[in-house]
Amino acid sequence: MKTMMLEIRNLHAAINGKEILKGVNLTVNAGEVHAIMGPNGAGKSTLSSVLTGHPAFTVTEGSVTFNGKNLLDMPPEVRAREGIFLSFQYPVEIPGVSMVNFMRAAVNEHRKHNNLPPLSASDFLRLMREKKELVEMDNKLTNRSVNEGFSGGEKKRNEIFQMAMLEPKLSILDETDSGLDIDALRIVANGVNKLKTPDNASIVITHYQRLLDYIVPDFVHILYDGRIVKTGTKELALELEEKGYDWIKQETV
Amino acid sequence: MNEQTYIDLYGQYAETLKNNAAPALNAARDMFFERFCRSGFPTRRTESYRHTDFGDVFAVDYGLNLNRLAFPVNPYEVFHCDVPGIQSYMYFVVNDMFYSDARTAAQQLPAGVIIGSLKQVSEERPELVEPYLSRLAERKDDPFVAFNGAFAQDGFFMYVPAGVTLDRPVQLVNIMRSDADLMANSHNLIVLEEGASAKLLVCDHAMGGARFCSTRTTEVFLGAHANYEHYKLESTSENMCNICSLLVQQQAGSNLLANIITLHNGITRNTVQIDLDGEDCDTMLCGMTVGGRHQLIDNTTAIMHNRPGCRSNELFKYILEENSMGVFNGLLKVAPDAQKTAAYQTNRNILLSPTARIRTKPQLEIYADDVKCSHGATTGQLDESALFYMRQRGISEQEARLLLMFAFVHDVIENIRVDVLKERIRLLVEKRLRGEGSKCDSCSFCK
Ligand SMILES: Nc1ncnc2c1ncn2[C@@H]1O[C@H](COP(=O)(O)OP(=O)(O)OP(=O)(O)O)[C@@H](O)[C@H]1O
Ligand SMILES: [Mg+2]
Repeated sequence: MKTMMLEIRNLHAAINGKEILKGVNLTVNAGEVHAIMGPNGAGKSTLSSVLTGHPAFTVTEGSVTFNGKNLLDMPPEVRAREGIFLSFQYPVEIPGVSMVNFMRAAVNEHRKHNNLPPLSASDFLRLMREKKELVEMDNKLTNRSVNEGFSGGEKKRNEIFQMAMLEPKLSILDETDSGLDIDALRIVANGVNKLKTPDNASIVITHYQRLLDYIVPDFVHILYDGRIVKTGTKELALELEEKGYDWIKQETV
Repeated sequence: MNEQTYIDLYGQYAETLKNNAAPALNAARDMFFERFCRSGFPTRRTESYRHTDFGDVFAVDYGLNLNRLAFPVNPYEVFHCDVPGIQSYMYFVVNDMFYSDARTAAQQLPAGVIIGSLKQVSEERPELVEPYLSRLAERKDDPFVAFNGAFAQDGFFMYVPAGVTLDRPVQLVNIMRSDADLMANSHNLIVLEEGASAKLLVCDHAMGGARFCSTRTTEVFLGAHANYEHYKLESTSENMCNICSLLVQQQAGSNLLANIITLHNGITRNTVQIDLDGEDCDTMLCGMTVGGRHQLIDNTTAIMHNRPGCRSNELFKYILEENSMGVFNGLLKVAPDAQKTAAYQTNRNILLSPTARIRTKPQLEIYADDVKCSHGATTGQLDESALFYMRQRGISEQEARLLLMFAFVHDVIENIRVDVLKERIRLLVEKRLRGEGSKCDSCSFCK
């Protein structure tokens, strides 16, 4: 028996009065991996922004339920504490805020939300060490300010490190593969796989079938012009690789 | 009240003033008085005072303590240091009186170091005072430096002989404490001879509900290769107008760090002038401000590269909320023969409310050609994308704002080279950013 985790129904969203999402429907159950593919500008990142509560976007229609709760009612930080994690397509640099302070604040907010006491300094450092190993992250990086001066690939690795620290129920990986070299891609994908349990789920946004060799999806969706126009299994990604998006365009017109 | 009140007062009480003052301060007193007669208090038309209005400040009928009566305040009893554990040599100026008792005198200073009342040292060791006193103030064309020169009678004096290092920081605590509205004028003199080194932390506090106005001129002379750190931490109240002039002269190879931090205040004017009069000097001048309510903080600075091969770096940051206002004037002047100068100036500001204001004016006057100079001023809000990024990790909006504000002033706090002080100021800034204790918690009166 599958437990439904996320249910998106007829979701419409706009930015600056311009409608970007035009009726997205998607159901994600615990334990599943969903891939979302689609051409540039289709609305993939918009969907992740809307799910995480980015204030620039307005939901104009539809509903999103997460573990039985109305997600759209919650401010971004509560969604995060409820277990939604976004690996940003473009992680933000925050000069002056150390990785350690940032992660400690985040971890302890999550714990407070779950009625747990804050981690002691030594337990926190142990957790950092353990999770760093998982994504083979360099100590030098965690000693710096958040993403400051990180290379593109280092930023992506840092996203997965943070995901490992926070152990989300639903992780949304927005083009985490772009900018990663071959080895880093394998390390990051392995990290994601190791974090996978029957109780959590992921939405993996990517342009490349290659990632899906490592993180094997249960479903592949094609988002096109603000709607999911096609859903299939991992073979759909292969087909897409071969035929390109023109094929989808023709089918949907 | 206006300048005429003070001009009349001087006419009437000049003798009293002089009889109760440090003798060395009397030498230039009439000259400063004449200057003040010409300039009056600054108005909005006075260059470099364009944005800071003192009209209301001098409408108040302040008392002055020209007869030098001791105030019935024991600073050791009423004052709880903002920086416990700093292990400093501690001195107090209560209003405009240098305070000294057995505890003050019992502090064992390194051999040759003299710290005390300017008046007393000027009487006992005039040779240490006279060659220096007023030399920088005379050069500074400023209405408040003139006013202070006319009215100040005493102040803090520190002398560190050649080659001597003060093993601990020195702390000068200026306390305003009175039940009636009061003005205090004091004049400080700091002399570090060749190769000497010292750190001074000046803490400005105000206690009680009266209105205060203080003018404090501090002259600092740094001999060749001297090392000096000057920290000023203001935690006064909205009833306070604090006018501080810090005038520094650096000789060859000397090193200055000045860090001016204003957390709680009413109207504050920091006039800073640093004259690099020897080659190969280093200067780091920085400061930060957290303003709320109707706080006004004006930092008007001038760094004068008068000799070749000096390096200066200036960094001021303002976080302004509610109806507060910040003013930053930064003059950087490189004389024609000051080749190989490296001078950098940065002013960054964050406005957290639509009614908070900042006026910033970098002013570069460069008359040499082989120099590296740059300046930059930016004003903005907190980075929205960073805020969202943090919230996506579960950090509340309020906490995320705090982390960003804290990060914003991080580099100013890093420029504190006394570890306990750095830790403490970090904490005080954090408390201030959290909006805790709109008053300082340093004195029994505010608790
Ligand atoms: N602030 C904005 N104002 C106007 N339009 C915007 C804004 N932000 C995004 N859009 C538009 O929304 C559309 C969807 O953008 P989105 O970033 O979601 O695409 P995407 O599918 O993630 O593309 P990519 O594959 O390139 O990452 C694009 O046409 C984009 O230009
Ligand atoms: Mg995108």
